[in-house]
Amino acid sequence: MATDVEEAVGPAAALLQTLQERFPCPIAEGVAALGEVTLTLDVAVLLEAVRFLRDDPAMLFKVLVDICGVDYPDREQRFEVVYHLLSLKHNRRLRLKVVTDEMTPVPSIVGVYSSAGWFEREAWDMYGILFADNPDLRRILTDYGFEGHPLRKDFPLTGFVEVRYDDEQKRVVYEPVKLRQDFRSWDFLSPWEGEGGLLPGDEKAKLPDGGAGGAP
Amino acid sequence: MGMIESGGSGEPKSLALSRTTPPGAPDPAFFNDLQGEVDNKGFIVTKMNDLVSWARSGSLWPMTFGLACCAVEMMHAAAARYDMDRYGVVFRPSPRSADVMIVAGTLCNKMAPALRKVYDQMAEPRYVISMGSCANGGGYYHYSYSVVRGCDRVVPIDVYVPGCPPTAEALIYGVLMLQRKIRRTGTIDR
Repeated sequence: MATDVEEAVGPAAALLQTLQERFPCPIAEGVAALGEVTLTLDVAVLLEAVRFLRDDPAMLFKVLVDICGVDYPDREQRFEVVYHLLSLKHNRRLRLKVVTDEMTPVPSIVGVYSSAGWFEREAWDMYGILFADNPDLRRILTDYGFEGHPLRKDFPLTGFVEVRYDDEQKRVVYEPVKLRQDFRSWDFLSPWEGEGGLLPGDEKAKLPDGGAGGAP
Repeated sequence: MGMIESGGSGEPKSLALSRTTPPGAPDPAFFNDLQGEVDNKGFIVTKMNDLVSWARSGSLWPMTFGLACCAVEMMHAAAARYDMDRYGVVFRPSPRSADVMIVAGTLCNKMAPALRKVYDQMAEPRYVISMGSCANGGGYYHYSYSVVRGCDRVVPIDVYVPGCPPTAEALIYGVLMLQRKIRRTGTIDR
């Protein structure tokens, strides 16, 4: 049942085109690379788009695979929420993104996909992303009484508290972190940690005239 | 029971025979000596604390406490190939009937009070085997915000089994080390 558009530009691009025509919004942008479709939507149309994607006979994205958060601390709206959808009927996957910040809630899609509840709780727990109308927006993974959102880039790796059994109080107590072993990073090869980001062998990728070359 | 003497230290003379056979094989001299004693008299004289520690080390029932991937190796050690039942190691589902807790895996902050509660519910004498890098000292997750840097911060440990994860053989060796520790300590009161 390939349409004319699909034959012309491929199924991924055709899906993208359909969605962009259907949901025109200021920041809507799509990427179709390697047969994967990623669409950045405006928060305002998210619910409508998700409902359309689930119910439209040409879409039938009935499986919500995951909801992830991403933190970009440099951006004004630092968080991205990524929805991974799967259409079993059409054997197709779709990635939706919306951007938000610490204060602005994203509409919850629990009403469309009931499995979204725990995914949204996880995004709230790890990033502090708010979801409006989620019926049970509690922490899901971190410790009882945990403070902070550990996957935010500004959350220290070792956190703020550590536990120990106190023999006098006869219970496990929380104390400020006191590392007996200082943090050390042995990773000198990682492009993120190492110096200059040059991996062994990278120098061979230079062009003979001295310009940068090789794979982008 | 009158001829069983309690207290005192040091092994009976018959145990101190020099070993000439390869490790693992039964010492024939010791074995024949023991057999002769049973055949002639029908009973064996030993010390109470030796008897108690022998019984204890021969029936170490561990609390099933698998936390992460180490638990898979623990299952291997318990399953048919290595079969820890041979040493009297029978996994128990309840801390009330367990003697030893094998902390197999990463201990998270959230799990720590539960681990301690399970330990507190075990009857004395109780022992703890810490299995794997994470339980020993946090391991891979040493600097994590959510992992206890060694489960010895929460419960006292008797045997540390290194590895990530330790092989089933290593865990069995750890259990044997614990048996040896119990026999060496040789006290009734722990």
